[in-house]
Amino acid sequence: MDTAFLAGPRPAAGLDVSRRGFLLGAAAAAGGGLLVGFRRAEAAESGATDAAPVNPLEAYVHVRPDGGVTVLSAHFDMGQGSYHGLATLVVEELGADWTKVDVVGATGNTRAYGNLAWGGTAQGTGGSSTMVSSWRRYRTAGAAARMMLVAAAARAWNVPAAEITVDRGVLRHGADRRAGFGDMAAAAAALPVPAEVPLKAPGDWTQIGNGDLKRFDRAGKTTGRQDFTIDVRLPGMLTAVPVHPPRFGAKVKSFDAAPAKAVKGVVDVVETPRGLAVVADHTWAAMRGREALFVQWDETGAETRGSDEILADYTRRAAGAPDAWARQDGDLDGALAGAAKVVEATYTFPYLAHAAMEPLNAVARRAEDGVIEVWGGLQNTDTYHQAAARTAGVDPSRVRMHMMKSGGGFGRRGSPDSDVIIEAVAAAKALAWRAPVKMQWTREDDMAGGRYRPAYVHHMKAGLDADGNLVAWYDHIVGQSILRDVGFPLPDGAIDQISVEGSSTLPYAVPNLSVGLTTTQVGVPVLWWRSVGSTHTGYATEAFFDEVAEAAGRDPVAFRLSLLAEHPRHAAVLRAVAEMADWGGPVPAGRHRGVALHESFRSVVAQVAEVSVEGGTVRVHRVWCAVDCGVAVNPDVVKAQMEGAIGFGLGAVMGEELTLTGGVVDQTNYDGYTPLRIDAMPQVEVRILPSANAPTGVGEPGVPPLGPAVANAVHRATGKRLRRLPFARELG
Amino acid sequence: MIPLNINGADHQIDADPDMPLLWVLRDLVGLTGTKYGCGIAQCGACTVHLDGEPTRACQTPVGDVGTARITTIEGLTGAAAEAVRAAWIEVDVPQCGYCQSGQIMAAAALLAENRAPTDADIDAALAGNLCRCATYFRIRKAVHLAARTLEG
Ligand code: FES
Ligand code: FES
Repeated sequence: MDTAFLAGPRPAAGLDVSRRGFLLGAAAAAGGGLLVGFRRAEAAESGATDAAPVNPLEAYVHVRPDGGVTVLSAHFDMGQGSYHGLATLVVEELGADWTKVDVVGATGNTRAYGNLAWGGTAQGTGGSSTMVSSWRRYRTAGAAARMMLVAAAARAWNVPAAEITVDRGVLRHGADRRAGFGDMAAAAAALPVPAEVPLKAPGDWTQIGNGDLKRFDRAGKTTGRQDFTIDVRLPGMLTAVPVHPPRFGAKVKSFDAAPAKAVKGVVDVVETPRGLAVVADHTWAAMRGREALFVQWDETGAETRGSDEILADYTRRAAGAPDAWARQDGDLDGALAGAAKVVEATYTFPYLAHAAMEPLNAVARRAEDGVIEVWGGLQNTDTYHQAAARTAGVDPSRVRMHMMKSGGGFGRRGSPDSDVIIEAVAAAKALAWRAPVKMQWTREDDMAGGRYRPAYVHHMKAGLDADGNLVAWYDHIVGQSILRDVGFPLPDGAIDQISVEGSSTLPYAVPNLSVGLTTTQVGVPVLWWRSVGSTHTGYATEAFFDEVAEAAGRDPVAFRLSLLAEHPRHAAVLRAVAEMADWGGPVPAGRHRGVALHESFRSVVAQVAEVSVEGGTVRVHRVWCAVDCGVAVNPDVVKAQMEGAIGFGLGAVMGEELTLTGGVVDQTNYDGYTPLRIDAMPQVEVRILPSANAPTGVGEPGVPPLGPAVANAVHRATGKRLRRLPFARELG
Repeated sequence: MIPLNINGADHQIDADPDMPLLWVLRDLVGLTGTKYGCGIAQCGACTVHLDGEPTRACQTPVGDVGTARITTIEGLTGAAAEAVRAAWIEVDVPQCGYCQSGQIMAAAALLAENRAPTDADIDAALAGNLCRCATYFRIRKAVHLAARTLEG
C-alpha cells in the first residue's frame, strides 16, 4: 500500500452522513495513478482553520498504473466481510474488474475514515455500522473515479465523454478505442474532480444485491496465505507473552526474572501497564520463560468475589426497585394491581468470553525513520493510534498503524483501554526499541484476560386482563455498565443505554410499560460482545413473551402480530419466518418449535428453531431466519452472517459460561469454555426481505433471537422454562 | 539438529525436542498457515498431516516426528485437497478464515479415506475443529460438494 495514505491524524471535523457535507478531492498518488477522496466543502468555503488543502490524501480508491484497484478501507474486517462490502460499493460505481481489486485497511486520517454512524469524529468499527457509515461515501468515491477516468479517455481520444462506456476495468469508445483503467490513471489524476457525482439508480445495480457474488478474499483463506497479526514477521522480531495478575485489579509487588531469563531463548522480562511481559526469540521460549517466572502480586483493591456471589447479589437487587428508569409508559403499578393474571420470572445471564480463534495480539516497533509502527486488529482505530502514541511518548503524527484482518473478534478487538496495543508498545519501548515485538496472548491469557459480556439478571412481570390482553410489562435489569467500565463518564443514576437496549425498545404495544436499571460496580472488566445489550435483552424479552403468550392462551406468532401494528418491519419479518417454517403446520414427530423476534443495530430478525430433547440433551435440528437489513449489499454475506450468528448464539445458550471463584477465572481454554462445534450446528435457511432502505446492521442482529427461539421450543418439548443460562446449568 | 521433511523439502531444525511442531513450523520455519488457537488439542487450528494422518501440531513435540512426512496447508496437494479448496471457494465458506487451514486439512484427510461421507461422518471427523465464526453449515455443504467432485 502507498504509505502516502498513512499520514498522521488530522483534527476531526465532525462529518455527517449527508451528501451536502462533501466535496471531492483527487490527487496523483506518489507511485503514479489516481486517488479519489473527499474533503469538507463547508470547511473550505468558510475558510475554517482546519480546511484541507485542495487535494488532500483522504483517499478511498487507488487506481494503479497497472490497472489494479485498491480500496482503502475505513473499517476493520474481523471476518464479517466489511472489506468485501466496501469493495462491492466501489466496484459497482467504478465498473472495476473484481479480479484486479484488493482492499487494505487505511488509518491515520479521521476526516476521511471517521465512522459516520458515530458522527465521524473517530475511525472505528462496531455496532454493525460499516454499511451505515460508508454506504454513500464509497459509492461516491467509485463513481467519481469512474467519471475522471472517462474524462481522461474523452480527452485522449477527443470524443464526448458520454459516448465512452466502462466495463470491468476497460474504457471503450465505439469498436476501435479501448483502454484499461491503468492506461488512463495518470491522466485522470491530473483532472479536476467533478463537483456533482451522480450515483447509479438501484435498478441499474449489478453488484449490490447480487446473490451470486462471492467474497473476493476467500481464496487466500483456503491456502494459508491470508495473514493475521499472529503471522506478522519482521526482521529481528521478538515474541512476548504477557504476565497478568490472577485477579482483576491486582498489581505487581515484586518479581524475580532470573529463572525466566535462564530459559533458553528468553531475552528479557519487562514491565507493562498491566503486569509484565516475557520477551523471547520465539513464542514457545516466551511461554516456557513465563512458567519459570516468579511474581508476587499486590491484591489490594483486587476483585475477589466469585460469579455465584455476584449473581446472587444481582438476584437480590433485581427483586427490589430499580435505581433508575429507562422507560415508563402509563401506570405500571395500577395495571399490575388490576390485572386478572400476573406472570413473573427472573432470568439470569452469565459472563461470556469472546473467545475468538486468534488470541489477542499486536506488533510494535520503531522503524528506521523513527516512526512507531503498530500492527493489529484495529477495531478502535483512532483510539489505538492515540494510545500507542501516548505509550511510546511520541506525537500521534509519529505513529503509523497497520490494520490487519483478525481471526474473529466479536467485539473484543474494540477495547477502549487499548489493552493489547499498549502492552505491545510498552514492551518494545522497555527494550529501548532494539527489536520489533509481537505481543501474543495465549488462549489462557485471552480467556482469563477480562472484558467479558457482563452478567445480568432481569426481573420481569407482565399483566393480562380478563380478556387475555397484555396490559402491563415490567423489566428490571441488574448488571454492570459497559460504558462506565470502559471509561466513559456516566453519572450515578444515569442510564447506560447499552444495558437496556432491546428491553427499553420493546416493540410490542403495551399501555403500561416500565423498564428499570440498576447498575452494579464489579471489578470484572466487561465489554461489548456480538449484539451487545441485545445478547441478554433479546433473550429476556422474547423468552418471557412466550411465557406471557402461554398464560394468555395465545399462539406466540399471532399474539406478537396483534401487538405490532406500529412496527410494520417487525410484523413483516415475523410473517416471513412463520411462512418459511410453515408455523402452525405439521411438525415431525418428536420435534418442537419456538419463535423469537428482535431488532438490533437497525435490523430486524426473526427465527424459528426446531428442536428435540432426549434425556436432557437439546438438539437443534433446523433454524429458519428472516431478516430485514435494508438493502442487502452482499446477500450471500448477509446469509453467512445469519448462519454464523445462529451458531455463535447457539453455542452461548447451550454451554458457554465464564465463571470466577474468589475472583479467579475458572475457565482457561476451550475445554472449559465451549463454543459450538459442528456436530451441534443446525440446518439453516435464511430469507432476506426486499427493501429499498439504506443498509442496516448484519454482523450482530442474527444472534439475539436464536437463544429465545430455542428456549421457547425446549419449553414446548419439556414444559420447562430455561431462565438461567446456559442451558447446561438447567438441563445438565 | 532435528531433521524434518516438510512439504517434501528436508529441513534441519535447531530446537529443543520438546518444542511443539506448531511453533517450529510457525516461528522457526516461517510457515504461518498453520494456526495457533488453544495449544491443548481442543480447537484443530494447528492441524497438519503426518504421513497423511491429521495431527495436532500443538501437541506434537518436534522430537517425536521422526521420519514422518509433514504436510501443512501450504503444501497440501492432491485430488482431495484440490476438490476441498474448490468447494470451499464455491460455497464461500470462510468468514475470518483463521480456523480454515485446520478445517481444510481435516476435510481433505476425511475425503482421502471416505469418498462419500454422510453428515454424521463429517461431524465426527470435524468435531475437533472449532470455528468461532460458526461456518459449520457451509463446511458440511462444501465437504459434500468436494465428495461429489471427487466421484467425478
Ligand atoms: S492449537 Fe492445536 S488444537 Fe488448538
Ligand atoms: S472462519 Fe472464523 S473461526 Fe472459522
